[in-house]
Amino acid sequence: MRVALFLTCVNDTLYPDTGRAVVKLLTRLGVEVDFPMAQTCCGQAHYNTGYRHQAEPLARHFSDVFAEYEAIVTPSGSCGAMVRELYPRMGERARAEGRGDTLATTLAPVVPKTYELTEFLVDVLGVTDVGAYYPHTVTYHPTCHGLRGLGLGDRPRRLLQAVRGLELRELPGADECCGFGGTFAVKNPDVSAAMGLDKVRNAESTGADVLCAADNSCLMHIGGTMTRLSTDMRPVHIAEILANTEGEPNA
Amino acid sequence: MSGTFVGMPAFPEAAHEAVNNPTLRANLRHATHTIRAKRAVAVSELDDWAALREAGKQIKDHTLRHLDRYLVQLEESVTAAGGVVHWAADADEANRIVVELVRATGESEVVKVKSMATQEIGLNEALEAAGIHAYETDLAELIVQLGKDRPSHILVPAIHRNRGEIRDIFTREMSEWGRPAPEGLTDTPAELAEAARLHLREKFLRAKVGVSGANFMVAETGTMMVVESEGNGRMCLTLPETLISVVGIEKTVPTWRDLEVFLQTLPRSSTAERMNPYTSMWTGTTDSDTADGPRTFHLVLIDNGRTDTLADEVGRQALRCIRCSACLNVCPVYERAGGHAYGSVYPGPIGAILSPQLRGTQSEIDASLPYASSLCGACYEVCPVAIDIPEVLVHLRERIAEGGPVTREGNKAVLKPAKGHAAERAAMRAARWAFGHPGALRTGQRLASRTRRFHPRTLPGPGRAWSDTRDLPAVPAEPFRDWWQRTQGGKDVPK
Repeated sequence: MRVALFLTCVNDTLYPDTGRAVVKLLTRLGVEVDFPMAQTCCGQAHYNTGYRHQAEPLARHFSDVFAEYEAIVTPSGSCGAMVRELYPRMGERARAEGRGDTLATTLAPVVPKTYELTEFLVDVLGVTDVGAYYPHTVTYHPTCHGLRGLGLGDRPRRLLQAVRGLELRELPGADECCGFGGTFAVKNPDVSAAMGLDKVRNAESTGADVLCAADNSCLMHIGGTMTRLSTDMRPVHIAEILANTEGEPNA
Repeated sequence: MSGTFVGMPAFPEAAHEAVNNPTLRANLRHATHTIRAKRAVAVSELDDWAALREAGKQIKDHTLRHLDRYLVQLEESVTAAGGVVHWAADADEANRIVVELVRATGESEVVKVKSMATQEIGLNEALEAAGIHAYETDLAELIVQLGKDRPSHILVPAIHRNRGEIRDIFTREMSEWGRPAPEGLTDTPAELAEAARLHLREKFLRAKVGVSGANFMVAETGTMMVVESEGNGRMCLTLPETLISVVGIEKTVPTWRDLEVFLQTLPRSSTAERMNPYTSMWTGTTDSDTADGPRTFHLVLIDNGRTDTLADEVGRQALRCIRCSACLNVCPVYERAGGHAYGSVYPGPIGAILSPQLRGTQSEIDASLPYASSLCGACYEVCPVAIDIPEVLVHLRERIAEGGPVTREGNKAVLKPAKGHAAERAAMRAARWAFGHPGALRTGQRLASRTRRFHPRTLPGPGRAWSDTRDLPAVPAEPFRDWWQRTQGGKDVPK
């Protein structure tokens, strides 16, 4: 199976380790991974901040780049939800504005074959034990767009539970937002920081070494709060845990 | 909407105060988490919740689509039952009508059962200006009124107060308005409730005019319905000789049968009760001397921005709202910012989409409300009529950032982008350009990587809001795409 990795602009620029982990993990599971070099951004930041018309060309570009692939895999619940949930809505809005079906038709092919990483592993590849080893205590934060946008359910937790050496600890208030919310973190800094602080306090209460999530944007916000508070806990993307095998330095 | 909130600062500034008030934070956290947990249990008891939610949505959407027809039917039914219907296009007209109706009775005081519509239009202030005193009889509303405060929650307007604060307000203020608080009043709930009961009883027995809202109005029968927990509503609806109900036009349902859905979803969503303690219904007037209920009944139907909202095909779903407040109790932003920061009688997620539609987005506070959300989606998940609040928030952000078509007072207009978004718009355009040109994006990434040793961990300008409380991530030595090109995904170099 040949899939395209949609890494997302944030991961490409700031979290290349997550991208490398996805490549390593999928390759280990027998998947042929391609990274289309023309990919950029799904347009979510534009769309959610109120610049839908600016997001449209980015969505069209996304479709041009990815349409030919069998499946598109992304290690981001939030960018995955943008494609799956909001691209169809953009098409509908264009139609409602009397601009015809062009946008809807252009975006339609990529929508059903875009998968968030854990969804792809469990639903498409049919695996929950990916052969990983990670000897740490971990608590899992289900990010809002993964939880409510894509409905990832217990897929990430099932994957983590199958990792050898990993002890999973329940995060109190797990389904509460960490306060990132894209430009929300800048437009409403006080409320955003207060939400992040509570998330970190809840995570600390588990005594885990690692806070794990399937979205680096949320981890950036939570991790930035952790280092400011000099918390011992580390934020780690789930792909980096699942990619890890016995005998590696990260373990 | 109400003049009470005019001059409110934008949401982020208003929230700043609440976030830094530990007492308020603790009060809100305790109250919202308690009711949130109870609601989840009450909802999980029904195995057809999803179907009830869908039915509620469908009934409301159908009614809104044919609102013109159902309102005419409602007027006919109310009139046939002996009531008088008045139509008010805006707050001023509604207030004028109510003031005239009260004056015609010769009375100078009225008792009120909680009505958000009258707060929306600022009725109490309008009555006061006309020399008529309005007494709020809902316990939380009484606390707010005596404390010269503003409501901060749809269902629990005094949610921001704790018991000690309430005791102090009662002790200090009750004697100004009627029966004073008992000597040595403590902050136990039973004593506070008894003090309020004694204070209010005097008002109920004296009042000749009652003012109410309504949770639902049934078009086919002309019946009004109020659901409540304290019994004050029942008193206000049965004791006075004249009853004036002030209701938003969107509260209409076509048939009596439709209530079966909302009488299940509303109490479970709002107070986490299987059924609310008091459900009062009234249809027109009573004409016998022995029967309970008003001899004269007036229904004031208010529009105040509702038909304009109805004209917006994305935003109109806000009018499905049955004011249960479930969205407030799960909202992480409301929990930290408090209700006052929303600058409206409608706080929380629903307020963030309702106020800028009813009032327009011209004021600073209304232009900031659609951004008062991290779009986490918890509000949509709990809404018993499935209002996609995040969808409407983004829709309204677009109106503010890019401008667009709106309907104001029945006329179509095209809004210009709001002021203060020029820098953001330029940044979004620049980002879009870079993202449309992978080569440019790559150059930018490389530049960031090469200069990474010089990057500050704090930012100037708007970015400072981020780096004041959080550390920025370090820029890696090599962006992923460069690694991929160098190694073809790790194939060309041993790891």
